[in-house]
Amino acid sequence: MAQLTTNSQSAWAWSRSKSLLQRQGALFALIVLILFGSFRYTGFLSTYNIYNFLTYNTMFALISLGMTFVIMTGGIDLSVGSVVALASVVAARFSGYGLTTAMFAAILTGVIIGLINGLAVTWLRILPFIATLAMLLAARGLALVFSSDASIPVSTQTDFISIWTNTLLHIPLPLYFLVIAYGVGLLIHHFTRLGRHILAIGGNEEAARLMGLPVDRIKLLVYVMSGGLAGLAGVFLAAQTNTGSPNEGVGWELTAIASVVVGGTLLTGGMGSVFATLVGSLLLGLVFNILNFENGYGLISLSVYWQSVIRGAFLLVVVLLQSRLARQKARI
Amino acid sequence: MAKTDPTTIPATPEPERRPLAAGGLRDIGQTYGGLATLILLTLFNIIFTPHFLSLQTLNTNLVQVAPTAIVAAGMTLVIATGGIDLSVGSLMAIAGALAPLIFLGKVLPLGENSVLGNILGVIIAIAVTGLLGLFNGTLITVFRIQPIIATLVLFIAGRGIAQVLTNGNLQNFSNPGFLFLGQGRVLGIPFQVILMVVVVIIVAVIVRTTTFGRYLLATGGNEVAARLSGIPVNTVKRSVYIVSGMLAGVAGLIIIAINSSSDANQVGLNGELDAIAAVAVGGTPLTGGQANVVGTLVGALIIQLIRTTLIANNVSPDIAQVINAAIILLAVYVQRQRKAS
Repeated sequence: MAQLTTNSQSAWAWSRSKSLLQRQGALFALIVLILFGSFRYTGFLSTYNIYNFLTYNTMFALISLGMTFVIMTGGIDLSVGSVVALASVVAARFSGYGLTTAMFAAILTGVIIGLINGLAVTWLRILPFIATLAMLLAARGLALVFSSDASIPVSTQTDFISIWTNTLLHIPLPLYFLVIAYGVGLLIHHFTRLGRHILAIGGNEEAARLMGLPVDRIKLLVYVMSGGLAGLAGVFLAAQTNTGSPNEGVGWELTAIASVVVGGTLLTGGMGSVFATLVGSLLLGLVFNILNFENGYGLISLSVYWQSVIRGAFLLVVVLLQSRLARQKARI
Repeated sequence: MAKTDPTTIPATPEPERRPLAAGGLRDIGQTYGGLATLILLTLFNIIFTPHFLSLQTLNTNLVQVAPTAIVAAGMTLVIATGGIDLSVGSLMAIAGALAPLIFLGKVLPLGENSVLGNILGVIIAIAVTGLLGLFNGTLITVFRIQPIIATLVLFIAGRGIAQVLTNGNLQNFSNPGFLFLGQGRVLGIPFQVILMVVVVIIVAVIVRTTTFGRYLLATGGNEVAARLSGIPVNTVKRSVYIVSGMLAGVAGLIIIAINSSSDANQVGLNGELDAIAAVAVGGTPLTGGQANVVGTLVGALIIQLIRTTLIANNVSPDIAQVINAAIILLAVYVQRQRKAS
């Protein structure tokens, strides 16, 4: 018995150090890329580029955050890309009533979609993959219905686009949302019972249920969070492009999943890190930023089509490294 | 240990029935559940949809469903091993980009639309997608990457590769030999419909009657047990991803032949979702261990027929998509219930 405890303890310590290594791997790559960029390109570390980069990637970082919690419970949310599009249409439709109303409507839309996802998973007991796949189709259809198949221009009479264009203390507004969202995410993950419960469910749902954790309610909550964050991302999308775009956001769910994976979170659930997802998300975004600089220098001229090839290759490298790390550890 | 007392055997609970042998009871039940839905849908259409009972309507539906059904047949195998293949849509785009490059004589000095060019175009396109399937399978078996992540790599990069190959340009062609794939008819039946039926029959026969079929289901049912009992789990897994890749290649070629043009941005877009939906509606559980290939064809037909029904009755395609999603959920839910009972 004592033997068993020691074993599981060392295994636990071990998976912890492994996850630390994986997390730092992504962080290390991010730092290297930043150093590379700052030496190579003038203007790379300019406030203009930094703010531009961060505000643009806020949308991806937000949906990746929601995805992280869903994946920690052992689930997946494929609907976020479509929800972003739907929310951007809703936000554009309500933009005439002012920013607050439009934001409320868009986020509420995301929350309702998340609620339906969550109910399908917990109440109907449909696999998350299938339930959110159906929602991917449905939300895209709804976005097209609400927009009558066309881009919806955002009202310029109200303060709606100020959420993208305005600054507070010289820092663009979206960054505050980014910091607050990840701040709350980190708090939940590290300091709350909810954070522990989420990991417990992902680790072993049956055991979590038998221990008396409100498994269904927590799963419902993570899908609602993911939907709400996708709704918020939709607001930014509408404000950034000045349109509600029913056809945007295709494949964003996979970008979000890629960010989570690059960060080192395993898709099997039960472990993961909110901070690592932020790192993974920024890392994927930075690859593009650097490509843009390279193109701008005229040293290489990669068409826009290369971007997805490079992104895929990047994901491949990270995933291969992770699997190597995991196996090296397993051999010791 | 004394020899087993035969009287104790009936007392042990019957193990969960897996359709390892040709067609378990549940297998049949699920097929017929789908078939019943299909028949109901058809009857509904005969009564309410004008001009439904015409050869043209039938052909249109079958032609549209063929590429999805072909991809879905491969997807059924992948899902039966407990995996998933997200890359098929992108692989369709790659095949669709490659073949015209070859038969239009842009990469090889074959001259435009030569017979050799057509044959090489088809073979090379399918071989390349098969190799990319092998790439998926290698990531999964050798590097032990989860299937959803491993195939995500090519999902993201694959379409980019197709776009880079063609520079994102539309490739138009009028090549009678090649167009036969998507527009030809044999005895009045569209060629790709025949191809679809042949593919489904071959895959279904493989699953039901061959050793490989049993290995496949055993791998998906319990991988560790399968490995311990000497089944070449890794070979089985690699094979299904190769087959899935090749069938995606075939489907991509059919689509560009239907359109007489190849657009790397469009070919196979959402192909993986359509295929997975067909498999799910067809009654193959996503958890692996079962494969209902005929069910997948029925599932693809159901989804196609619902779409036709809604659009023929003046429902906008957008709302049709929402309803389609609800029906996919419903179908999966009903099958879950049946399994639970």
